[in-house]
Amino acid sequence: MKLDYKNLLPQIITLLAVVLVFGFFSYNAQVNMENRGITFGYGFLSQESSFDVQFSLIEFDGSHSYFRAYLVGLLNTILVSVIGIILATIIGVVVGIARLSKNYLIEKTAAVYVEFFRNIPLLLQIFFWYFAALRALPLPQDAEPMLGVFFLTIKGFFVPAFIWNNLDIFIYSVIAAIISIIFVKIYARKKQENEGKQTPVLFISIGLLLILPLLSFLIGGSSFSIDIPVIKQLSKSGFTYEGGIGLPPELIALALALSLYTATFIAECVRAGVQGVGKGQKEAAASIGLTPNQVLKLVIMPQALRIIIPPTTNQYLNLTKNSSLAAAIAYPDLVLIFAGTALMQTGRAIEIVSITMLTYLTLSISISILMNWYNKKIAIKEK
Amino acid sequence: MNKIKILSPNKENLYTYLYSGIFLFSFSVLDVSLNSFFSLNLTGFLPSSISFILPLILGFIGLYLIRIEYSGIKKLDLLNKNINTNNFNAFLSLIIIFVVIKASPPLLSWFIIDANIAGDSKDVCTGTGACWTYIKIWFNRFMYGMYPNAEQWRINLSFIALAFLGSVGYFASEKFKKYLTLYYVVIYPIIAFLFIFFFISGGPIFFDFSYGIIAAVISIIIGLYIPSKFKMYYFIIVPITLYILLKYVLFYEVLIELGKLEALEWVETGAWGGLSLTFIVSFFCLIFCFPIGLFLSLGRRSDLPIIKYISIGMIEFWRGVPLITVLFMSSVMFPMFLPEDMFIDKLVRVIIAISLFEAAYVAEVIRGGLQALPRGQYDAAKSLGMGYWKMHIFVILPQALKLVIPGIANTFLALVKDTPLIFVVGLLEIVGMLNLAKTNPQWLGFAMEGYVFASILFFIICYTMSKYSYNLEQKYKTER
Repeated sequence: MKLDYKNLLPQIITLLAVVLVFGFFSYNAQVNMENRGITFGYGFLSQESSFDVQFSLIEFDGSHSYFRAYLVGLLNTILVSVIGIILATIIGVVVGIARLSKNYLIEKTAAVYVEFFRNIPLLLQIFFWYFAALRALPLPQDAEPMLGVFFLTIKGFFVPAFIWNNLDIFIYSVIAAIISIIFVKIYARKKQENEGKQTPVLFISIGLLLILPLLSFLIGGSSFSIDIPVIKQLSKSGFTYEGGIGLPPELIALALALSLYTATFIAECVRAGVQGVGKGQKEAAASIGLTPNQVLKLVIMPQALRIIIPPTTNQYLNLTKNSSLAAAIAYPDLVLIFAGTALMQTGRAIEIVSITMLTYLTLSISISILMNWYNKKIAIKEK
Repeated sequence: MNKIKILSPNKENLYTYLYSGIFLFSFSVLDVSLNSFFSLNLTGFLPSSISFILPLILGFIGLYLIRIEYSGIKKLDLLNKNINTNNFNAFLSLIIIFVVIKASPPLLSWFIIDANIAGDSKDVCTGTGACWTYIKIWFNRFMYGMYPNAEQWRINLSFIALAFLGSVGYFASEKFKKYLTLYYVVIYPIIAFLFIFFFISGGPIFFDFSYGIIAAVISIIIGLYIPSKFKMYYFIIVPITLYILLKYVLFYEVLIELGKLEALEWVETGAWGGLSLTFIVSFFCLIFCFPIGLFLSLGRRSDLPIIKYISIGMIEFWRGVPLITVLFMSSVMFPMFLPEDMFIDKLVRVIIAISLFEAAYVAEVIRGGLQALPRGQYDAAKSLGMGYWKMHIFVILPQALKLVIPGIANTFLALVKDTPLIFVVGLLEIVGMLNLAKTNPQWLGFAMEGYVFASILFFIICYTMSKYSYNLEQKYKTER
């Protein structure tokens, strides 16, 4: 067989170029590191970090290791992403449905919101909320309580905290409720397939979700008390709140900006999804005698979700990646703590930047693998 | 029976319902407007909580009364159809109307009535409104960054010239239309490059760059006599070799001496900034990311395994990491990968980083277009005896790119919106300049004005771009 040089040549040239570039880089990196007297390695992760973090979900101070600093940053990133995703989904779905409304005013309001927030850089929005909007909030001593227990001040949002007794029993009860709901659902589907009878799954689920945790309070001995934030004077003009949970203004600004920005894209996904379901589908479903609710639940939503979910997941991923803009307003996320402070202290640029990138890369690649699997699963099987 | 009839508006007593409904509705709107514009409260004699929600109730009843289907009055039917289809919609419409009325006086007063623009120091801003004086004084900085005032005509001139050269396509006669693609893809970027480096940067860099031009011209002339089989490799290898030869071997000493004749004052890239830097960065990234993305997408769909997997790796890597870490990499990690004495300018590094990053997104968008084309197009092109490049240039890409105009426009919009992130490496475009101005001790406390100003600017730029892409999409929409 004649070797096909026409196919081989471009491949060899490309490979050679890539190898050359990488070789050039790694050779230089070696030389540079030798000159600076540092050796490549991840041993520094267990060294004592001597910096403090303003806001962390797990205990952290200067005596903990750099690895723990990494964990703190990662958890903070996850926290702001989860808050952002929940808020963005709620706003996005509402606005997306509003854009489909036949009401002229509602449709236009939603359109103005989408066009406005989508066309302004996210960083500018974060700065706006942090430096302009949240700075206009009252000082802790002047803050008016909302509903008596929430305090929105320039130093953050202070909410009451729950102090739990026997929390584990409560969590077990919730898990048990969820598992039994899944079983009820499977049973209901089987029953419908076999006998054609419908079971009110929704009511049973709500009942289970209410009753089982309630039982854990009555019998299991779990209980909670509420810790309300109380104002405390530090110095003549310095006040702060004690007790409760304090959300720092950086977190609020970031979550707000991220969710308002991403919600515009989610709204467009929702709109495209619902519009993507053909009119004929609705009419056909109505003509075989389904009620409007059934049409929505059994015909429109399954088809619309097929269109909505993949791009929306992409938006969730974008939100998570965009949360790295936190570094601009000093919210202690992965990039700020690890690629900022820890890098400045250790000077290990290659290791730290590679770990940071790898973290985000793992996250997004695993989600995209999941998405590909999901897309394959829901794809309409054509003959 | 009578009572029920009163409650359900019908056509028989059309005008009774209509007039009472309109009266109630306009009364509620009047009440809210008087309240918000002149702080008069028509219903002040009532308890405050009732007085607060009374307009809502009255307006709701009013809308209910005029909701008469097929009334025969054209305007009423239009109104009912658009904002008043059912109780829920009527309620939402009312709330939107009232919020707009309530919100306009404070906004108007902040933006216009109580705002200051006269004078040239902070002292004139005494009102409760915005202080546009701040924007006026800092305007130059927001536009040009730290670029010396005396040299700013260079930026203006280059932008005007580039805009003019960019619009040539509209005036070209039919005869020259076929050269437009070549012009926009090759010649225009080179001219833009020259302008930026010769004019905006100034100094001896132009002479340095001229080697590149000489190398390109010579290699194109020789290239005309090369058999087409080897043309692709030739155009990759020869210009680079020529450039290196020219720069480091042949004219090294001579042109270094020449380069010292500075025609224009050299302005280092660190001093560039403001909106002009936003434009420069987005412009170059836009030019570079498109071809890179195109090649990556072709590579990803290639049959050659090595090229395919390298392309996949490139695309997935850049798409998987946030831009801010890419910029971190370019500023702290990249210098470690270069020889000690080699230094790449900050701005160039940033442009390379953003171009590679956005190229991955462009590649995925173009891949979508390539996948959407039916197989028959490929088969037909092949059956005509076209090779890989001929097939793609003349058959596949024109159709695929047409399909993905909206996607590419979205990526470019994202690029423009990502430029503020270059603050990471210390370059201050408009948002960075705002943050700098905000911390100036003479101008503390005007963060809001600055951000509103920048938001409006960005909104105008991005909105125009998205509308333009929509027009483009409509223009090239062809039935297949």
